[in-house]
Amino acid sequence: MNSDTPTETLELTGESCPMPVVKTKQAVDDLSSGALLEVRATDAGSVSDIDGWAAGTPGVELIGQSEEIQADKTVYVHRVRVE
Amino acid sequence: MSTDTETEVTDEHPDGAATRIEELEARIETLEAEMDATAGTEMGDEKSMVIVATKGTLDMAYPPLILASTAAAFGWDVTVFHTFWGLDILHEEQSTDLKLSAIGNPNMSVPNAVAALPGMDRLATTMMERRIAGNDVATIDELLQTSLEMGVDLQACQMTMDLMDYDDDAFHDGVTVGVGAATALSEMADADVQLLV
Repeated sequence: MNSDTPTETLELTGESCPMPVVKTKQAVDDLSSGALLEVRATDAGSVSDIDGWAAGTPGVELIGQSEEIQADKTVYVHRVRVE
Repeated sequence: MSTDTETEVTDEHPDGAATRIEELEARIETLEAEMDATAGTEMGDEKSMVIVATKGTLDMAYPPLILASTAAAFGWDVTVFHTFWGLDILHEEQSTDLKLSAIGNPNMSVPNAVAALPGMDRLATTMMERRIAGNDVATIDELLQTSLEMGVDLQACQMTMDLMDYDDDAFHDGVTVGVGAATALSEMADADVQLLV
Protein backbone atom coordinates (compact mmCIF):
# COMPACT_ATOMS: atom_id res chain seq x y z
CA MET A 1 0.00 0.00 0.00
CA ASN A 2 1.19 3.51 -0.80
CA SER A 3 2.36 5.26 2.39
CA ASP A 4 0.25 8.28 1.40
CA THR A 5 -2.98 6.26 1.44
CA PRO A 6 -5.00 7.07 4.58
CA THR A 7 -5.32 4.13 6.96
CA GLU A 8 -8.24 5.76 8.81
CA THR A 9 -10.96 8.27 7.97
CA LEU A 10 -12.68 10.56 10.46
CA GLU A 11 -15.96 12.07 9.26
CA LEU A 12 -16.53 15.44 10.95
CA THR A 13 -18.92 17.14 8.55
CA GLY A 14 -21.36 19.34 10.46
CA GLU A 15 -19.01 19.80 13.44
CA SER A 16 -17.99 23.30 14.55
CA CYS A 17 -15.12 24.69 16.60
CA PRO A 18 -13.63 23.26 18.77
CA MET A 19 -14.85 19.78 17.81
CA PRO A 20 -12.76 19.18 14.64
CA VAL A 21 -9.53 19.61 16.64
CA VAL A 22 -10.85 17.86 19.75
CA LYS A 23 -12.19 14.82 17.87
CA THR A 24 -9.06 14.60 15.72
CA LYS A 25 -6.97 14.47 18.89
CA GLN A 26 -9.22 11.77 20.36
CA ALA A 27 -8.94 9.72 17.15
CA VAL A 28 -5.15 10.13 17.02
CA ASP A 29 -4.85 8.85 20.59
CA ASP A 30 -6.47 5.57 19.51
CA LEU A 31 -4.13 5.09 16.54
CA SER A 32 -0.71 3.48 16.48
CA SER A 33 2.51 4.94 15.12
CA GLY A 34 2.63 5.23 11.34
CA ALA A 35 -1.13 5.55 10.86
CA LEU A 36 -2.35 8.17 8.38
CA LEU A 37 -5.64 9.75 9.40
CA GLU A 38 -7.85 11.58 6.92
CA VAL A 39 -10.12 14.11 8.63
CA ARG A 40 -13.12 15.41 6.66
CA ALA A 41 -14.69 18.58 8.10
CA THR A 42 -17.05 21.28 6.86
CA ASP A 43 -15.88 23.89 9.38
CA ALA A 44 -13.85 26.45 7.39
CA GLY A 45 -11.94 27.31 10.56
CA SER A 46 -10.61 23.77 10.73
CA VAL A 47 -7.98 24.61 8.07
CA SER A 48 -6.20 27.03 10.36
CA ASP A 49 -7.10 25.18 13.57
CA ILE A 50 -5.82 21.73 12.58
CA ASP A 51 -2.66 23.32 11.15
CA GLY A 52 -2.05 25.14 14.46
CA TRP A 53 -2.93 22.08 16.52
CA ALA A 54 -0.58 19.81 14.57
CA ALA A 55 2.26 22.35 14.84
CA GLY A 56 1.84 22.56 18.62
CA THR A 57 1.27 18.88 19.35
CA PRO A 58 4.11 16.38 19.67
CA GLY A 59 3.69 13.07 17.85
CA VAL A 60 1.58 14.27 14.91
CA GLU A 61 2.47 15.69 11.53
CA LEU A 62 0.13 17.45 9.12
CA ILE A 63 0.89 15.91 5.71
CA GLY A 64 -1.49 18.05 3.69
CA GLN A 65 -4.80 19.88 3.43
CA SER A 66 -7.20 20.11 0.49
CA GLU A 67 -10.78 21.03 -0.38
CA GLU A 68 -13.50 18.97 -2.06
CA ILE A 69 -17.05 19.79 -3.03
CA GLN A 70 -19.48 17.20 -1.72
CA ALA A 71 -23.25 17.62 -2.03
CA ASP A 72 -22.86 21.39 -2.61
CA LYS A 73 -20.78 21.74 0.54
CA THR A 74 -17.06 22.42 0.80
CA VAL A 75 -15.32 19.64 2.67
CA TYR A 76 -11.90 20.46 4.13
CA VAL A 77 -9.69 17.38 4.06
CA HIS A 78 -6.77 17.15 6.48
CA ARG A 79 -4.22 14.34 6.43
CA VAL A 80 -2.48 13.73 9.72
CA ARG A 81 0.37 11.26 10.24
CA VAL A 82 0.77 9.67 13.68
CA GLU A 83 4.48 9.49 14.53
CA MET B 1 62.90 27.46 43.60
CA SER B 2 60.50 29.65 41.81
CA THR B 3 61.61 28.13 38.50
CA ASP B 4 60.84 24.61 39.84
CA THR B 5 57.34 25.63 40.86
CA GLU B 6 56.64 27.15 37.47
CA THR B 7 57.92 23.98 35.79
CA GLU B 8 55.60 21.85 37.97
CA VAL B 9 52.56 23.93 37.08
CA THR B 10 53.44 23.89 33.40
CA ASP B 11 53.89 20.09 33.53
CA GLU B 12 50.62 19.50 35.42
CA HIS B 13 48.46 21.89 33.45
CA PRO B 14 47.85 19.79 30.30
CA ASP B 15 46.92 16.70 32.37
CA GLY B 16 44.67 18.71 34.72
CA ALA B 17 42.90 20.35 31.79
CA ALA B 18 42.35 17.00 30.09
CA THR B 19 40.86 15.55 33.26
CA ARG B 20 38.61 18.58 33.67
CA ILE B 21 37.41 18.29 30.06
CA GLU B 22 36.63 14.58 30.59
CA GLU B 23 34.65 15.44 33.73
CA LEU B 24 32.70 18.15 31.88
CA GLU B 25 31.97 15.81 28.96
CA ALA B 26 30.65 13.19 31.37
CA ARG B 27 28.50 15.85 33.06
CA ILE B 28 27.08 16.99 29.69
CA GLU B 29 26.19 13.38 28.82
CA THR B 30 24.40 12.95 32.17
CA LEU B 31 22.43 16.19 31.72
CA GLU B 32 21.48 15.33 28.14
CA ALA B 33 20.22 11.92 29.28
CA GLU B 34 18.14 13.64 31.98
CA MET B 35 16.70 16.07 29.41
CA ASP B 36 15.72 13.18 27.12
CA ALA B 37 14.09 11.38 30.04
CA THR B 38 11.92 14.40 30.97
CA ALA B 39 11.04 15.44 27.40
CA GLY B 40 7.28 15.36 26.86
CA THR B 41 6.52 14.94 30.54
CA GLU B 42 5.31 17.56 32.98
CA MET B 43 8.89 18.65 33.55
CA GLY B 44 9.47 18.90 29.82
CA ASP B 45 7.62 20.95 27.23
CA GLU B 46 4.04 20.17 28.28
CA LYS B 47 2.13 23.40 28.78
CA SER B 48 -0.55 24.08 31.34
CA MET B 49 -3.50 26.47 31.60
CA VAL B 50 -5.78 27.61 34.40
CA ILE B 51 -9.04 29.39 33.60
CA VAL B 52 -11.20 31.06 36.24
CA ALA B 53 -14.84 30.93 35.05
CA THR B 54 -17.08 33.40 36.88
CA LYS B 55 -20.06 33.79 34.53
CA GLY B 56 -23.03 31.48 34.04
CA THR B 57 -24.89 32.98 31.10
CA LEU B 58 -25.21 30.88 27.95
CA ASP B 59 -22.78 33.03 25.96
CA MET B 60 -20.17 33.23 28.71
CA ALA B 61 -20.26 29.48 29.40
CA TYR B 62 -18.78 28.74 25.96
CA PRO B 63 -15.31 30.41 25.98
CA PRO B 64 -13.87 28.55 29.01
CA LEU B 65 -15.14 25.17 27.77
CA ILE B 66 -13.97 25.73 24.19
CA LEU B 67 -10.50 26.83 25.30
CA ALA B 68 -10.26 24.04 27.89
CA SER B 69 -11.17 21.23 25.47
CA THR B 70 -8.93 22.66 22.75
CA ALA B 71 -5.97 23.01 25.12
CA ALA B 72 -6.54 19.41 26.21
CA ALA B 73 -6.35 18.44 22.53
CA PHE B 74 -2.88 20.05 22.47
CA GLY B 75 -1.95 17.78 25.37
CA TRP B 76 -1.94 20.63 27.88
CA ASP B 77 -2.69 20.13 31.54
CA VAL B 78 -5.91 22.15 32.03
CA THR B 79 -7.82 23.30 35.10
CA VAL B 80 -11.00 25.39 35.06
CA PHE B 81 -11.84 26.90 38.43
CA HIS B 82 -15.57 27.77 38.56
CA THR B 83 -16.78 30.38 40.99
CA PHE B 84 -19.95 32.45 41.51
CA TRP B 85 -22.26 32.01 38.51
CA GLY B 86 -19.59 29.97 36.75
CA LEU B 87 -20.70 27.13 39.06
CA ASP B 88 -23.91 26.85 37.01
CA ILE B 89 -21.86 25.48 34.08
CA LEU B 90 -21.00 22.45 36.25
CA HIS B 91 -24.41 22.13 37.91
CA GLU B 92 -26.39 19.16 36.53
CA GLU B 93 -29.73 21.01 36.44
CA GLN B 94 -28.61 24.60 35.89
CA SER B 95 -26.20 23.71 33.07
CA THR B 96 -29.08 22.50 30.89
CA ASP B 97 -30.93 25.79 31.38
CA LEU B 98 -28.30 28.52 30.98
CA LYS B 99 -29.85 31.76 29.77
CA LEU B 100 -28.88 34.71 27.66
CA SER B 101 -29.70 38.16 29.00
CA ALA B 102 -31.61 40.43 26.65
CA ILE B 103 -30.81 43.49 28.75
CA GLY B 104 -27.59 45.45 29.04
CA ASN B 105 -26.23 44.29 25.69
CA PRO B 106 -26.20 47.20 23.22
CA ASN B 107 -25.73 44.73 20.33
CA MET B 108 -29.18 43.26 20.96
CA SER B 109 -31.74 44.54 18.51
CA VAL B 110 -34.23 45.50 21.23
CA PRO B 111 -33.93 48.58 23.47
CA ASN B 112 -33.31 47.96 27.17
CA ALA B 113 -36.81 49.22 28.05
CA VAL B 114 -38.30 46.40 25.95
CA ALA B 115 -35.63 43.86 26.93
CA ALA B 116 -36.58 44.38 30.58
CA LEU B 117 -40.12 43.07 29.99
CA PRO B 118 -40.99 39.65 31.42
CA GLY B 119 -40.13 36.77 29.11
CA MET B 120 -37.52 38.65 27.08
CA ASP B 121 -34.56 36.68 28.50
CA ARG B 122 -36.39 33.47 27.61
CA LEU B 123 -36.98 34.76 24.08
CA ALA B 124 -33.35 35.83 23.63
CA THR B 125 -32.18 32.44 24.96
CA THR B 126 -34.47 30.50 22.62
CA MET B 127 -33.24 32.52 19.65
CA MET B 128 -29.60 31.85 20.58
CA GLU B 129 -30.27 28.13 21.15
CA ARG B 130 -31.82 27.93 17.66
CA ARG B 131 -28.75 29.61 16.19
CA ILE B 132 -26.46 27.22 18.06
CA ALA B 133 -28.36 24.20 16.73
CA GLY B 134 -28.61 25.68 13.23
CA ASN B 135 -24.86 26.27 13.04
CA ASP B 136 -23.92 22.82 14.36
CA VAL B 137 -22.28 24.41 17.39
CA ALA B 138 -21.66 21.94 20.20
CA THR B 139 -23.97 22.16 23.22
CA ILE B 140 -22.64 23.11 26.66
CA ASP B 141 -23.27 19.53 27.82
CA GLU B 142 -21.29 18.10 24.88
CA LEU B 143 -18.33 20.41 25.60
CA LEU B 144 -18.50 19.66 29.31
CA GLN B 145 -18.49 15.88 28.83
CA THR B 146 -15.75 16.10 26.18
CA SER B 147 -13.59 18.23 28.50
CA LEU B 148 -14.00 15.70 31.32
CA GLU B 149 -13.20 12.80 28.96
CA MET B 150 -10.01 14.57 27.91
CA GLY B 151 -8.84 14.96 31.48
CA VAL B 152 -9.67 18.63 32.08
CA ASP B 153 -9.96 19.25 35.81
CA LEU B 154 -13.27 21.10 36.29
CA GLN B 155 -13.25 22.53 39.79
CA ALA B 156 -16.10 23.99 41.85
CA CYS B 157 -15.15 26.71 44.35
CA GLN B 158 -16.23 25.63 47.85
CA MET B 159 -16.96 29.11 49.23
CA THR B 160 -19.35 30.02 46.40
CA MET B 161 -20.90 26.52 46.49
CA ASP B 162 -21.88 27.29 50.09
CA LEU B 163 -22.98 30.79 49.12
CA MET B 164 -25.24 29.49 46.33
CA ASP B 165 -26.38 26.57 48.51
CA TYR B 166 -25.17 23.92 46.04
CA ASP B 167 -24.47 20.40 47.36
CA ASP B 168 -21.47 18.33 46.22
CA ASP B 169 -23.77 15.87 44.40
CA ALA B 170 -25.55 18.64 42.45
CA PHE B 171 -22.63 18.74 40.01
CA HIS B 172 -21.83 16.53 37.04
CA ASP B 173 -19.82 13.37 37.78
CA GLY B 174 -16.09 14.01 37.52
CA VAL B 175 -16.23 17.59 38.83
CA THR B 176 -13.72 18.37 41.61
CA VAL B 177 -15.43 19.98 44.60
CA GLY B 178 -14.05 21.47 47.79
CA VAL B 179 -11.30 23.70 46.40
CA GLY B 180 -10.54 27.32 47.19
CA ALA B 181 -8.64 30.37 46.01
CA ALA B 182 -5.31 29.04 47.32
CA THR B 183 -5.63 25.91 45.17
CA ALA B 184 -6.41 28.03 42.12
CA LEU B 185 -3.54 30.43 42.82
CA SER B 186 -0.94 27.73 43.37
CA GLU B 187 -1.91 26.14 40.06
CA MET B 188 -1.92 29.52 38.31
CA ALA B 189 1.57 30.29 39.60
CA ASP B 190 2.90 27.21 37.80
CA ALA B 191 0.73 27.53 34.67
CA ASP B 192 1.83 28.87 31.28
CA VAL B 193 -1.57 30.47 30.58
CA GLN B 194 -3.97 32.02 33.10
CA LEU B 195 -7.34 33.46 32.10
CA LEU B 196 -10.27 35.06 33.90
CA VAL B 197 -13.59 34.68 32.11
